[in-house]
Amino acid sequence: MSADVSVRKPLSAAARLRRRRWYQQPRWQRLFGMVVLAVVMAQVTGEQGERNDLFHAIQANFQSTGILVWLAVLVGIWAVREFFGEQVGTQRRRLGGEIARPVQRLLGQVRGQRAYRWGGLGALLVFLIILPLLISTFWQQVLVDQIGVYVMVAIGLNVVIGWAGMLDLGFIAFFAIGAYSAAFWTGGLPVEPPFELNNFLVIPIAVLTCLIAGVLLGAPTLRLRGDYLAIVTLGFHEIVYLLARNLNEFTGGTRGAQQLDKFSVDLGFWSYDWELDPQPYYWVQLAAIVIVLVLFIRLEHSRVGRAWTAIREDEVAAAATGVDTVRFKLLAFAIGASTSGVAGVIYASKQGFINPEQFVVMMSVLALAYVVFGGMGSIPGVLLGTAVLVWLPEYLRDTVDAQDRFLYLGGLLVVMMIYRPQGLWPSRRRQHELKMAEEGTAGADALGAQPGGAQS
Amino acid sequence: MSTEVERKPEGAADAGPEGTPLLELRDLHVYYGAIEALKGVSLTVGEGEVVALLGANGAGKSTTLKTASGMIQPRDGQVLLRGERVDGIKSHELVQFGIGHVPEGRRVFARMTVLENLRMGAYRLKRPDPADLDRVFTLFPRLADRRKQVSGTLSGGEQQMLAIGRALMGKPELLLLDEPSMGLAPLIVQQIFEILREINEQGTTLLLVEQNASQALQLANRGYVLETGAVVMSDEASALLSDPRVRAAYLGETIE
Repeated sequence: MSADVSVRKPLSAAARLRRRRWYQQPRWQRLFGMVVLAVVMAQVTGEQGERNDLFHAIQANFQSTGILVWLAVLVGIWAVREFFGEQVGTQRRRLGGEIARPVQRLLGQVRGQRAYRWGGLGALLVFLIILPLLISTFWQQVLVDQIGVYVMVAIGLNVVIGWAGMLDLGFIAFFAIGAYSAAFWTGGLPVEPPFELNNFLVIPIAVLTCLIAGVLLGAPTLRLRGDYLAIVTLGFHEIVYLLARNLNEFTGGTRGAQQLDKFSVDLGFWSYDWELDPQPYYWVQLAAIVIVLVLFIRLEHSRVGRAWTAIREDEVAAAATGVDTVRFKLLAFAIGASTSGVAGVIYASKQGFINPEQFVVMMSVLALAYVVFGGMGSIPGVLLGTAVLVWLPEYLRDTVDAQDRFLYLGGLLVVMMIYRPQGLWPSRRRQHELKMAEEGTAGADALGAQPGGAQS
Repeated sequence: MSTEVERKPEGAADAGPEGTPLLELRDLHVYYGAIEALKGVSLTVGEGEVVALLGANGAGKSTTLKTASGMIQPRDGQVLLRGERVDGIKSHELVQFGIGHVPEGRRVFARMTVLENLRMGAYRLKRPDPADLDRVFTLFPRLADRRKQVSGTLSGGEQQMLAIGRALMGKPELLLLDEPSMGLAPLIVQQIFEILREINEQGTTLLLVEQNASQALQLANRGYVLETGAVVMSDEASALLSDPRVRAAYLGETIE
């Protein structure tokens, strides 16, 4: 910036490259970023546009007080960070330390004792059991139709992505297969099943069907990793979606299947039917999730879990230590798929109708976002991440313009990935990985994908 | 260092007839697509020996080693372990036969700690022996100091030590090493070769691929020189070390 004015010497190439104009300095670039952000936010939160007067809303938003408020807030944040950043930082660290220390100490004590641990888990479970009694019918619906279903899907996807390290962008395909299995075996599709079954009995069949589908998808893609695998799984999803849409005589085409059977129990002396009320479904879901979680947590710490971790880290080295990479990759696909299939059965039974539009590719992308947002490979993270991301758009329904809900979701994902890429509640290993990526000590990208799709 | 006379196989029953080498490669032909990488490579590794494979880049050293460890399958030829054919067996299954493999470029599990890496090395054993861990930590005291450290943050030499230690955790009888000295400082290379000597003296047979011919030949009993996919020389290590052609090609000396 301080170019020599008095004697204008011709600059050397290096000096020319080193010279920075004021607007090239990071500080002013950050200010520019804040101003842009303020304008965007003013437009987003301001008046809605209309079809016949495209520019009216934009103009109005520029003249409203909203833009001034956004400018003041964001430029204020910028100024504090630029000019008082150090003081604020040390203050915050000091304060943070003072708050965190006793909490840490308490947590340390609690973690050390099994009794506290089990007590905490028990309390959480009791809370989850009575949760639907505490909330309104609207939130009960959200809890059952969306959170419960997607938590199950995300737990399954976590096996594939978080543990075995395979990027799957078509995971909802298995969810769809589970839902259509339920429709088929309860007699909801145009084709008649050999015999009709109760929804509870469909669950093991759906698990088996999805296991097979998982292996069928897995087998040809075993040599692929990372980006390449993602594209193939995306294609698989699209195939399943289009089959559901176009095989009219089997799947009912775009109309799908209606009036599907609900869950029911008939033991002769006692019978119960699940009706429209969401609460009973919630308890079925909770039971299924708890069972799956207990199994998966055991699996994570078994030889299988270790094999998955090794494959995720380095496939060649895993094979060199005696891990059958082919078998364990297929196993991950199959287990993840069948979990998703169970979610599909419960979904179909609760909704009472299914059609292909409920299983679009967007759903697979969202499922991936749930897992990444919560923390890949971390079960509490995945549960929390799914709950938050499913809850948010529903919460925003009353708070912001309905069309903008997913904009905020996208914004949250962007901010999260920049400032906390390891997720809400990361696994320990994921933390290592990101730390090393920052320090540049390992070529650790999102999934350890290596250049070149095929691995010999 | 063990010599021919000392090589009395312990379990003579499963070692096959007297004189059967631990590992034998017979006339291997390996292709990468249309390219013939190995054009009839044959070699033997006796029990308790250290054998070095030398050669320039692209000579087929690593390919030979990978074929021996099952990572690549030969189109033609045989791999025999104690006289029994093992070609066609996948590498993770060969591990069960007591072949340890230290892959090229170390390939430690970067996001696991040193201890987790070593535990992973014992994956093939249903019930790992705690004494193995002690053995590795005795051989590599630097790993013992860093057992809780994430292995991606180790130095190159430490990672190489970890890769060797990990392979040892699987209790191999035959250890295949692909360029253990790659990219390491001379002092560290020296250390690693001394440890390899110790490992051999404890009874593990070594087959190693090396660019660093002088170090490798000082450690080895015998050596093979590969050129464009074929063995061009094989002899006692000391003989190779003093061979003018080897000295010229791999030790950077000019023939006077």
